[in-house]
Amino acid sequence: MDFMTLKDITPDQVVFWQWRWVSVNATIFFTWGVMALMVLGSWLITRNLSSGPKISRWQNLLEVLVDGIRNHIRDISQEEPSSYIYFVGTLFLFIMVSNLLSFVPGYVAPTASLSTTAALAICVFAAVPVYGILSRGVLGYLEQYIKPTPLMLPFNVIGELSRTLALAVRLFGNIMSGMKIVAILLAVTPLFFPIVMQALGLLTGTIQAYIFAVLAMVYIASATRAHREKELEGKEKGEES
Amino acid sequence: MDSISLIGMASIFTAGITIAIGAVGPALGEGRAVAQGLASIAQQPDEANSITRTLFVGLAMIESTAIYCFVISMILIFANPFWDHVIKAGG
Repeated sequence: MDFMTLKDITPDQVVFWQWRWVSVNATIFFTWGVMALMVLGSWLITRNLSSGPKISRWQNLLEVLVDGIRNHIRDISQEEPSSYIYFVGTLFLFIMVSNLLSFVPGYVAPTASLSTTAALAICVFAAVPVYGILSRGVLGYLEQYIKPTPLMLPFNVIGELSRTLALAVRLFGNIMSGMKIVAILLAVTPLFFPIVMQALGLLTGTIQAYIFAVLAMVYIASATRAHREKELEGKEKGEES
Repeated sequence: MDSISLIGMASIFTAGITIAIGAVGPALGEGRAVAQGLASIAQQPDEANSITRTLFVGLAMIESTAIYCFVISMILIFANPFWDHVIKAGG
């Protein structure tokens, strides 16, 4: 069961079902599959949580995951993670699950399509001003575009756009290249080397999910942070004098 | 030389050159970054966590230039728009 040939560079080109202008391609199908799996799994696990000393192993798994994400966010943003964990944690878990499932036969990672990764990157692009304005106000957020001088305005705007592009293409390129390398090796040296490359793909999939989430957090933190640094400086000066 | 073989030749040659040059720069950069990161961890083992995290993020940034080159060469080989155009026009 392999519906991605070597010629198809994204799973968007594989159309499962079409009715008039509505079509379901492999990307949409597997995205909804991953979403259903995650929602169903976490619903089943969180149905009966216990706070006693004896917990089920699935609850233990989720606790480790959520606690790890919270600690990382706290390290990066130096703030309480509760307002960021919904966004960043969801990004991390979705990308990681959709990358790690790629060892299931017949599954095509939705992150191997540029449309999925572009959608995720646009979410980050939209979330940065939202968090920035929430913590610093509209003027305070816009002010950082003309820092250190108004001459830097075009560069700041271009930087904002190019890092969104980089986020999307980085994830797409990594996952797509992993798939393509396995497909090429399958034709050249079957049986052993494709398995090794697939195992390497699990590693890069996890690292890419981690990097995507960390970069999203870094971008959000840079939009919310400058304000607090000024406050800290003011405090230190006050203590000195 | 007809246009099909010309496009095929140019695409394959350019794809190879693209990934070759695109791999050299990031490889040098990542080597320097990892060497510096390891030296910093050896000097300050207490800060290993934050050094490793920053190192990984930086490596991803550096690596993305190689990934761009890879995507370009993949497009040239597997999804070449000019090739498809000539095939469609010819047959």
